[in-house]
Amino acid sequence: MSIDAPAKAIPQPRKITTKPRVSDQIFRAIVTAFSFSALVILSLIAIFLLMKGFNTLKQQGIGFITNFEWSVVVDDGGVETAHFGLQAMLIGTVVISFIALFIAVPLSVLTALFLTFYAPERVKRILVTVVDLMAAFPSILYGLWGFFVLMPMAEYWAKLIHKWLGWIYIFDLPDPIYTRSPFIAGIVLSVMIIPIITSVSREVFAQTPLDRVQAAYALGATKWGMIRAVVLPFGAGGVVGGSMLGLGRAFGETVAVFSVLNIVFRTNFQILFTQGGNVASMIIQKWGEAGPSEVSALMAAGLVLFILTLFVNFLANSVVTRTVKSGR
Amino acid sequence: MNTPVKENDGNGNLMSDQTNNARPSSLSDVSANRERNKVGGTAPLGTGLEARGVHAWFDKHHALSDVSLDFSAGTVTALIGPSGCGKSTFIRTLNRMHEFIPKTSMAGQVLLDGKDIYEPGIDVTKIRLQIGMVFQKPNPFPSMTIGENVLSGIKLAQLKVDNHDELLEECLTRAGLWNEVKDRLGAHAGGLSGGQQQRLCIARALAVKPKVLLMDEPCSALDPGSTLRIEETISQLSKSMTIVIVTHNMQQAARVSDYTAFFLSDGGPGQMIEVGPTTEIFSRPRDERTENYVTGRFG
Ligand SMILES: Nc1ncnc2c1ncn2[C@@H]1O[C@H](COP(=O)(O)OP(=O)(O)O)[C@@H](O)[C@H]1O
Ligand SMILES: [Mg+2]
Repeated sequence: MSIDAPAKAIPQPRKITTKPRVSDQIFRAIVTAFSFSALVILSLIAIFLLMKGFNTLKQQGIGFITNFEWSVVVDDGGVETAHFGLQAMLIGTVVISFIALFIAVPLSVLTALFLTFYAPERVKRILVTVVDLMAAFPSILYGLWGFFVLMPMAEYWAKLIHKWLGWIYIFDLPDPIYTRSPFIAGIVLSVMIIPIITSVSREVFAQTPLDRVQAAYALGATKWGMIRAVVLPFGAGGVVGGSMLGLGRAFGETVAVFSVLNIVFRTNFQILFTQGGNVASMIIQKWGEAGPSEVSALMAAGLVLFILTLFVNFLANSVVTRTVKSGR
Repeated sequence: MNTPVKENDGNGNLMSDQTNNARPSSLSDVSANRERNKVGGTAPLGTGLEARGVHAWFDKHHALSDVSLDFSAGTVTALIGPSGCGKSTFIRTLNRMHEFIPKTSMAGQVLLDGKDIYEPGIDVTKIRLQIGMVFQKPNPFPSMTIGENVLSGIKLAQLKVDNHDELLEECLTRAGLWNEVKDRLGAHAGGLSGGQQQRLCIARALAVKPKVLLMDEPCSALDPGSTLRIEETISQLSKSMTIVIVTHNMQQAARVSDYTAFFLSDGGPGQMIEVGPTTEIFSRPRDERTENYVTGRFG
């Protein structure tokens, strides 16, 4: 080894490749195809809705979202004048979904805490099965239950709320008609989204790191103190995620809402009053007697709902990732 | 001379146990030692803890058999022994953490201040306030800041404190962490190194003013530098409280403890084989199995 040997040139990094076996390649192609098929189907639906609804969107422009009139008038000369505005339905969708969340989130979190930390093993097994069953129930059954069982009770609650809180605008109402209101639709929806929020919350609560749980207990914490200091901060991201998933379901729910809500094209924030909106149920309501131009409008409404749901899910994901990062 | 059991020479180095001739030479001297401290008017040394005939089970598995140990006020006791001999199980019976694992049971008594902590109707949370614990893996609350972590026990137990800042500084100083974190008390605890996190956990345990501190292999996940800092911390703390420490590291036991108890399981439930002043356990143990272990012939 000589001291004045020329300095070695730094080589270019080599390109590293492997040649997979044929069987591996085939399998890879299959799984890739299947995983992309979901994406393809989703895009096809969006494209279909866009094509069908394109006329309406072109005609109505931004007014399709900001107006709240929905009418097709054909005059004597056979000329059609159409107004399609979704505003009331969009706001109605958000209003009943938030009523649903307002009721469902606390109930679900408490249920999840009970199941994870308090319930004896047997009670827990039974309850988990029941809650999962709730998720599998067809929504028309919730609609029927909402109409025949819940509505009479909820009418009474609504009167109570109006009596005590009527001085707040949203709990006031122009006429004393309490049935088929956003309030009742919200309650039905809340029952429908409790299972998803509960099961997501339960799963994250159960993953709370044991060492942190023990740290809290070793500091003289009570069970509730431990839950507040350790479980809730850890599980917050999951609860938010579960709630967003529930919100997604609430946005798109059709039949159950249709059965218990009086759909009116008027923006209404007075939740106890018999007047509300929901994009999905509106579509089902108008479907039967729609002419060609209205069908196009309903397709466009579907597209708006599609985008809204996609957006909520996207938001859910980003919120969850953020809270999860800071919480753990 | 009112020499405390163990002393710090002021530079943070422990004086060698062997050169400290005030050490009790046998177990019976412990009370004499405590007397000496009383006569000398030194600070109160915390409260003693006593285990009497403690057994522990995991479901049907008998993990620990008939352990009786007396932890005198103001002493540091090291629990040593090979893996799986029941050291963790034993230390967890001392502050009733054992019962958190489902289907576990125990027998015997654990006396704090002469009162059985397993007595029916006793408030477990109060017991755990008096008997703090530091775990093997540092486990600060990551959603809280450094400051909030230290004070978390106060909040959890809803204790009243006059001056939070003062307590914060005192605990972090005693845990040997104050200088490193005083400028970032509002930062999240997850950003600290492993050794700093462990000292934060010690500070957190100190904030509720426990009389006894249990430590289950507090240094096993740490680098040598952090280990040294924590050993210094332990020797500082031992002036005012009773400490029980499980350690795998024989040198550590020799450096920090006044007494050492050797645990062993011969296939059956773990047992306490021998206890005595640390110097004796390491220089002339009575039991052959202890000698084999401390000289590194097994384990
Ligand atoms: N959570 C548990 N469930 C069942 N058995 C356990 C559990 N923890 C410890 N054991 C058993 O108890 C015995 C003592 O374990 P441990 O106290 O952890 O030993 P050490 O801390 O001395 O290594 C071992 O036989 C171990 O298998
Ligand atoms: Mg252990």
